[in-house]
Amino acid sequence: MSNPFSPEPARIVRKYKLTKDVKFFQIRFIDKERALSFEYRPGQFMMFSIPGTGEAPFSISSTPSRPGLLEFCIRKTGRLTEALFRLKENDEIGIRGPYGNGFPIIKMNGYHLFIIMGGLGAAPLRSLLLYTLDNRELFGRLHLLYGAKRPKDMLFKTEFFEFIEREDIECLLTVDKDDTGKWPCYKGFVNSLFQRIEDIKPDNTYACVCGPPVMYESVLNELVKLNIPKHQILMTLERRMKCGIGKCGHCAIEDIYTCIDGPIFTYWDVLHMKELI
Amino acid sequence: MRTLKLKKEKLDTFLFKVSKHGELWGPRKKGEVYIYDKIDDIKDLIKEPVTTFLPIKKLFLPPRFQMFHYNGKTYEENTEIFQQRIVYGVPSCEIHSLLIFDRVFGHTYKDPYYFKRREQTTIIALSCLPRESCFCKSTNTHVIEEGFDLAMTDLNDFYLVWVGTSKGDDLIRLSPDLFDRNVTQEDIREFIEWRERRNNEFNQTIDFVAIPDLMDLNYNSPIWEEFAEKCLSCGACSMVCPTCNCFDVIDEIELSDGSVKRERYWDSCMFKEYSMVAGGHNFREAKAERLKLWYTHKLHSFTGAYGKPSCIGCGRCIITCPVDINILSVVKALLTGKVDKNSLLTRKSK
Ligand SMILES: Cc1cc2nc3c(=O)[nH]c(=O)nc-3n(C[C@H](O)[C@H](O)[C@H](O)COP(=O)(O)OP(=O)(O)OC[C@H]3O[C@@H](n4cnc5c(N)ncnc54)[C@H](O)[C@@H]3O)c2cc1C
Ligand code: SF4
Ligand code: SF4
Ligand code: FES
Repeated sequence: MSNPFSPEPARIVRKYKLTKDVKFFQIRFIDKERALSFEYRPGQFMMFSIPGTGEAPFSISSTPSRPGLLEFCIRKTGRLTEALFRLKENDEIGIRGPYGNGFPIIKMNGYHLFIIMGGLGAAPLRSLLLYTLDNRELFGRLHLLYGAKRPKDMLFKTEFFEFIEREDIECLLTVDKDDTGKWPCYKGFVNSLFQRIEDIKPDNTYACVCGPPVMYESVLNELVKLNIPKHQILMTLERRMKCGIGKCGHCAIEDIYTCIDGPIFTYWDVLHMKELI
Repeated sequence: MRTLKLKKEKLDTFLFKVSKHGELWGPRKKGEVYIYDKIDDIKDLIKEPVTTFLPIKKLFLPPRFQMFHYNGKTYEENTEIFQQRIVYGVPSCEIHSLLIFDRVFGHTYKDPYYFKRREQTTIIALSCLPRESCFCKSTNTHVIEEGFDLAMTDLNDFYLVWVGTSKGDDLIRLSPDLFDRNVTQEDIREFIEWRERRNNEFNQTIDFVAIPDLMDLNYNSPIWEEFAEKCLSCGACSMVCPTCNCFDVIDEIELSDGSVKRERYWDSCMFKEYSMVAGGHNFREAKAERLKLWYTHKLHSFTGAYGKPSCIGCGRCIITCPVDINILSVVKALLTGKVDKNSLLTRKSK
């Protein structure tokens, strides 16, 4: 019997700072074969294992359309993430996965995509964003709406700045507060960006949202105002997870396991299940 | 299913034979309570049906066990060789709890720790008559059709023995002469009478049909706050409930050589830390929220996923909760819309 709890050996290939408390990690399975044949969907996550500290889930930030390396952006918040930040390039780490439902990318084919993120919400949504750009012909229009507290809190700034000039993506970046006086994009919360969006065909649109809890309410309001069907509004939810494979019970909400049936839910699921937010 | 007869006085001989085939387990007395344990002397085995303190789950999901050993380089799976075990005296409700666990631990990903122990264990189920807090007829777990290797029905001077699997058949073959193949019309009549008697002896009945709807409708009811005021968050209900499967994982560092043991241990959604995520945000800060989760799992969730509640009617929560929050008092509150204060906090004798 293969053991789904077994971490697989991997190596930290690159690690660098994105913001004060968020670091970017590039990770590769040590087994070459495994590294190249590993398959996943945008929106799925991996369990990281550090011996002596434990395990924790992290969303995959890279896209399956660029195999070989897995990328993550991770915020330091506690024991495990501190231990992870202490590891150096070339150090070994255990990972297992991929877990979770991921985005329904096949269903989303041909649709106009709204990718809406706040803060660390960029972690899972960057995967979908890069995937869409690599398979541009499979999707309709593409909007990226991203809000951060201040310019220095924005993740992947250089990468996203390049999108502003591209023709195949409409990239709107905003900060709550510009403490530099030189911020070249928008100011205000993410929901304020909606006034700049025109010609939406709501039935032909999928909106994917991930961000801090405060962001959801205002953004969901805007999306409902645009008449985007509730089952085409997708959001990722965070729950405590100990196993990632539907056994430990920690992520249970009513009769679903966030780790298997989620972490991506439709807005309808969220309204339907009392405890979801 | 094949049925045989075993004379009452032959039971010891049979179990003695069985104990040569593998470790014999079953209920024995420890202090004031009964526990499932390894039986070294057949005299210690309780042959009559009893409600043990901890349910049979402890044999398959031990309260604490090692999953991996990290030697500084790789995670070695804990390949402790499990002895073949034969457990005698498992009541039908607990057989149902194992069928529920088979689904939980088998769906999508197979949990090797559970299934290895499952494969290494042969189960001899034992019929029982309801004790004061039992209500398995209401949960429809008083009869079994699968999930056992042998099942014995106690009919006065003999047992009717049902052979459920080929593993069970192997046990019979250890001493075939002990068994009588000739089940007579008289025996069948006796069995039918026994069933009638058993069915009439329940002093608790709960109508579960409307309960999932009532859980929904009472989601914001003040009853949850009232229960929460009393709840001690001790987690005892989860420990004794045969269908609570939650666990936590912890790494222990060996001081001598710096190697690491990754261990799995029982957890309870009644503990405050259960749903805490990074930065200390807790999705179920309030006790009432945690009680709702527990009872949603028992009374609601499974009806969606598997078409029946995950409560098997064993009555352990009734015996165990120090403040009498249990399936009965909760269902009563759901049905009447209020908490019966008299039923709470009055510690009953066991
Ligand atoms: C599906 C999913 C995807 C995630 N993706 C990312 C990501 O891409 N980047 C990122 O920085 N963070 C992500 N998180 C959150 C991340 O898992 C937690 O920040 C991390 O577990 C904190 O661990 P810690 O030991 O450093 O913190 P502590 O606060 O010390 O954690 C204590 C314990 O609680 C558990 N825990 C705490 N918070 C969480 C949580 N939110 N989810 C699960 N377990 C938790 C940990 O396992 C740990 O054992 C994700 C969480 C989930 C559920
Ligand atoms: S319901 Fe009873 S047994 Fe369960 S945690 Fe509360 S006080 Fe303890
Ligand atoms: S909820 Fe109570 S009666 Fe039902 S299975 Fe659990 S302990 Fe037994
Ligand atoms: S994380 Fe263990 S059940 Fe979902």
